[in-house]
Amino acid sequence: MTAGSLPSALSDLVDDFAAVGPQDRLQLLLDLSRELPPVPEPYASDRDRMEPVPECQSPIFLAVAVSDDRRVHLYFDAPPEAPTTRGFAGILHEGLDGQSVDEVLAVPDDFYLRLGLAEAVSVLRLRGMAAMLARLKRQVRDQSGDGGRGATGR
Amino acid sequence: MSTPDPLPVDGDPKIGKYAHPVRLVTTAWLDEWLSDDRLVVVESDEDVLLYEIGHIPGSVKVDWHLDLNDPVTRDYVNPTAFADLMSRKGISRDTTVVIYGDKSNWWAAYALWVFTLFGHPDVRLLDGGRAKWVAEGREMTTETAPYARTEYPVVAREDGAIRAFKDDVLGHLGKPLVDVRSPGEYSGELLHMPDYPQEGAVRGGHIPGARSVPWARAAADDGTFRSRRELAEIYEGEAGLSVEDEVVAYCRIGERSSHTWFVLTNLLGYPNVRNYDGSWTEWGNAVRVPIEQGAGP
Repeated sequence: MTAGSLPSALSDLVDDFAAVGPQDRLQLLLDLSRELPPVPEPYASDRDRMEPVPECQSPIFLAVAVSDDRRVHLYFDAPPEAPTTRGFAGILHEGLDGQSVDEVLAVPDDFYLRLGLAEAVSVLRLRGMAAMLARLKRQVRDQSGDGGRGATGR
Repeated sequence: MSTPDPLPVDGDPKIGKYAHPVRLVTTAWLDEWLSDDRLVVVESDEDVLLYEIGHIPGSVKVDWHLDLNDPVTRDYVNPTAFADLMSRKGISRDTTVVIYGDKSNWWAAYALWVFTLFGHPDVRLLDGGRAKWVAEGREMTTETAPYARTEYPVVAREDGAIRAFKDDVLGHLGKPLVDVRSPGEYSGELLHMPDYPQEGAVRGGHIPGARSVPWARAAADDGTFRSRRELAEIYEGEAGLSVEDEVVAYCRIGERSSHTWFVLTNLLGYPNVRNYDGSWTEWGNAVRVPIEQGAGP
């Protein structure tokens, strides 16, 4: 098992998903989409500060801020009529917001496979979450000066 | 047991002008017949959770990825799986099925095309789809209505009439083809649809001779289909098609082109239209098939 490399909040989420069947995983994803907090200022009134994620099937924007104590803060903006995309963002927010730079960069790019969502939403749709993670990790690297660490292998 | 009378065709004047008015209903018609037990409403969306945040009362969810595709082979479900899906959703062979969805019924049209592969007799689209129903303030619910399991018969899937495979398209070269992707995908500048890079191909361009008519031109701003006169102007006036043509439509994986298939077949009345569902993700990855690049056919 390599689950140890996930921050505990994300690891807990993975366990929650793993503990239930496909239909309940969908419900869990829906709950996370509802719990995604609204995007704060200055991002809310200035979309140009956020990065679009074109790999997702619905419009979503993300922003990353690394604080002086090297903690990662994540902001997502996606419309209510895109609940699946909001749910993916909700997983990343719940699991990674407030974690350290090192912990975020250590998250395996394919961690989402452990959520067991492939049979609930299809693999095709899941690729949007992989893209979100890749983009937010790149922003974390850019902002923290850790350019050489946690490379995605591409 | 006698077969119940079918539900009436929508008498709306715009719908009445289409070639097969029985294939399309207005939101007003659906509201009127919503509680009739000869009807099952099906929601089919791109976003797999939209049904869960609210849907038309009594409707059931059919997901294209999860319900209509074979999980292993790149193909649609087999007759047994389709019969089981219909039975689980409370649909009988004589049920009137009305399908609606997001994004101008893009995925709903795909679902309708698959229902047609299995010859379901009475299947219709909701003009304007989910967005129009919501915009008009009509009732939505998060409740899933209990419905009794039915015994849908196992019927053969008839691919020949409305589905084209790669070899069919090779034999069709020289006859009318409609490429419904974006202009950038058609010309070969883009290897995938804007915003959908994961479904790309190793070669860009279009099938030689194909005319470019992006699928969404058939939809008005409110997601409803354009009038018959407007559709004729686009597909006949501009693209040069006529009703006696054999036409093959394609896109990237066959979903946008089933929207165009619906328009040509049911709204303009073309009897010989096939959807090439292998589409560009097959053609653009196939070895030594002819490809044309640039803005012309």
